[in-house]
Amino acid sequence: MATLMVPENLVYERPHSFTDAPTHYCPGCTHGVAHRLIAEVLEEMNLTERTIGVAPVGCAVFAYNYFDTDFVEAAHGRAPAMATGIKRCLPDHIVFTYQGDGDLASIGMGEIVHAAARGENITVIFINNANYGMTGGQMAPTTLPGMKTTSSPDGRDVETQGYPIRMAEMLATLDGAGYVVRRSLHDPANIRKAKKAIRTAFEVQERKLGFSMVELLSTCPSNWNLTPVESLKWLEEHMLPFYPLGDYKVAPAVAAAKI
Amino acid sequence: MPAKGTIEVNDLYCKGCELCVAACPPQVLALDMERLTPKGYHPVHIVKEGCTGCAICALVCPDAAITVYREVTKAAAPVAAGG
Repeated sequence: MATLMVPENLVYERPHSFTDAPTHYCPGCTHGVAHRLIAEVLEEMNLTERTIGVAPVGCAVFAYNYFDTDFVEAAHGRAPAMATGIKRCLPDHIVFTYQGDGDLASIGMGEIVHAAARGENITVIFINNANYGMTGGQMAPTTLPGMKTTSSPDGRDVETQGYPIRMAEMLATLDGAGYVVRRSLHDPANIRKAKKAIRTAFEVQERKLGFSMVELLSTCPSNWNLTPVESLKWLEEHMLPFYPLGDYKVAPAVAAAKI
Repeated sequence: MPAKGTIEVNDLYCKGCELCVAACPPQVLALDMERLTPKGYHPVHIVKEGCTGCAICALVCPDAAITVYREVTKAAAPVAAGG
């Protein structure tokens, strides 16, 4: 075995655009997969030195500890506004936000909609795990109808608590949006597709083709009260039918760029 | 003959979530119940022959804990590392 472990046999190693810090995420949480894909894309595109991330409030609040890039921390939901300011001051930098569903689709709804409507040349990575993870699994705007959370113990009742919001579809209707897609992190094939979409989103920004967002369906084993492996199955069975994967907006300029 | 591979698991990062155990195509991974990481998890390790170095464990790992090696065979030689 030991003879196999030589540099010329190396197939995969931890991305260099990560710091050495272990993440605080629960075991099996796909936040880590999303982080890793971003880190791999930044490394492949050689962007680590000129990327500025904007961390949200939520589970990913400590994202700035894990990426070896410049990072700032935004007030709850305000990451797209902060990213707008940074990008306009430093147009040659790559600016991305990393936001959860509580941050982006609830308190930050105004910021994300207007950033997309203005066609801000930023990239948004949106993690949809159907609940507020950090605060203990409360109902989020993305919680599925009938889904039990700590604040909807009998299941989300759409009569009184309304319907979930499909962010990718909604933002895709805005003219400023250049690239808006939904991917999932529940199996190897979909993780590969998610990475490709993240790469495209950063390429869109690099070529100044407008607002780009990748929504990633993600798991929350601790708050779903499932094992990490069961969570992937749950995502596949319950979230995929409600949140179909697909390309919701590929602006003509993006399609023409053939990224 | 299938390619021969192996993995190295970093105890600092592995949280024993078992996503790689479930995803491993040749089913050669399991948690090491004899050991604990500094964080108090049982880390994953290879329990039998058959690793092909396909790197699917690394692809599903949320903590980037796995380094994958694959023996360069004549058939596989033109494939660049890092693919």
